Amino acid sequence: MKQSYQEIAKKHCPKENVLINAIIAFISGGVMGIIAQFLIDGYVMWLDISTKEATVCMLVTLIFLSCLFTSLGFFDKWVNFCKCGLIIPITGFAHATMSAALEFRKEGLVTGIGMNMLKLSGAVIIFGVVSSFVFSLIRMVVGLL
Amino acid sequence: MTIKFKNVYINETATVTGPYESKGPFGKYFDLCYKDLYFGEKNWEQAEEKLINDAIDILIKKGQVDLKNIDVFIGGDLLNQIAPSNYAMSKFNNSFIGIYAACAMSTLGLILSASLIDGGFAQNVITFTSSHNTAAEKQYRYPVEYGGPKRKTTTFTSTGSACALVSSKNKGIKLESGTIGTVVDSGCNDVFNMGMAMAKAAGDTIYKHLKDIGRDIDYYDLVLTGDLGIYGKEILKDYMFNEYNIKLENYNDTGVMLYDLDKQPVYAGASGPACAPLVTYSYIFNEMKKVKYKKVLLAATGALMSPTMINHKLNIPSISHAVSLEVIS
Repeated sequence: MKQSYQEIAKKHCPKENVLINAIIAFISGGVMGIIAQFLIDGYVMWLDISTKEATVCMLVTLIFLSCLFTSLGFFDKWVNFCKCGLIIPITGFAHATMSAALEFRKEGLVTGIGMNMLKLSGAVIIFGVVSSFVFSLIRMVVGLL
Repeated sequence: MTIKFKNVYINETATVTGPYESKGPFGKYFDLCYKDLYFGEKNWEQAEEKLINDAIDILIKKGQVDLKNIDVFIGGDLLNQIAPSNYAMSKFNNSFIGIYAACAMSTLGLILSASLIDGGFAQNVITFTSSHNTAAEKQYRYPVEYGGPKRKTTTFTSTGSACALVSSKNKGIKLESGTIGTVVDSGCNDVFNMGMAMAKAAGDTIYKHLKDIGRDIDYYDLVLTGDLGIYGKEILKDYMFNEYNIKLENYNDTGVMLYDLDKQPVYAGASGPACAPLVTYSYIFNEMKKVKYKKVLLAATGALMSPTMINHKLNIPSISHAVSLEVIS
């Protein structure tokens, strides 16, 4: 019996190494967490600020470094290797925004960077806002009970 | 539809590439290779325009023809409104036909050129195609510096421009016949698996060509497809055997040939309108001149992908046009 094209194509499509990718993402994501914790502790120690303020400084540092490394042209290789280990933390958001800004910078400040910078990361902002609204509603309802 | 041409020859060809292609196995066969992706221009779109202009300039020099004697240019590229081709052609005062068939443009250009020449409407036609890796990535995929992981079936758009001088003058390689393909829906909507989207179109066009012209696959010393990549190549072989009982033996895919797949990070291989002609006009024609291959069937394949239609959850239609190339006896 003749096989359908879909069956033939499926047979020759390679499987992605899901398990290895997950392990790499788990380890690199964990390392990111450790670095972030070191930063928080460091800021608390050196700058004599509260943990809450140090957390903000840590986020700013990671965002700055992701943007800098993206602009220097090697961060995409790290992201490609670490996958979700670098995409899920704030580094992924900064990387996506920065790469789009770099890509469109030649099309002008407003029409290029302004209109396209959030091409990839715009969705994160929109759904971040929507989900935080939903969760705060849930929290409010639970608080009233 | 298959057309048999009486007196059409590819007199001369020219190939210009970017840095990745020159590091591949056929680097020494290309006429000009650039070391970066800007070629001294301000942006990638203008860089692609320069690629086309360079290739045409080299071709005119190599073919020793006067621009006045070129009746018409036929060409296109991957970007919206085939902008690089239009801008490149604005520097010439020649008639121009802009075409689009994604990565199958090279063979469509050859078939159209040959039809004009054999019909007696033109004597010298230049057909060109080009693609630019980062310009195409920007338009079709993600920003270039974005490092989101890619799947194994992803292909790497080649950077380059290839053009051919087609005329009725008996010189170079004979363009013996051409088959214009149909748009095929292979049920694939995965933009990271173009090989799967295009393999069916290639198979159908090769079969149609053989049937229309009454030939066996053994007639050809070499069958080439455009840019199916490692996995698409296997799909095509399996599909041809299953569907049409044709065993593809002397077969290769230019997408697999253009880069060194072991050393270069190009995933499943090369793609782009320039991929098939870059390999054919350089290495294959060189081997044909040495008579290693006498008869070659080139079926360039194009995935007619539109990001908007993909967002509408529609499949990727694809097309393949084939030309039969022969050594002049």
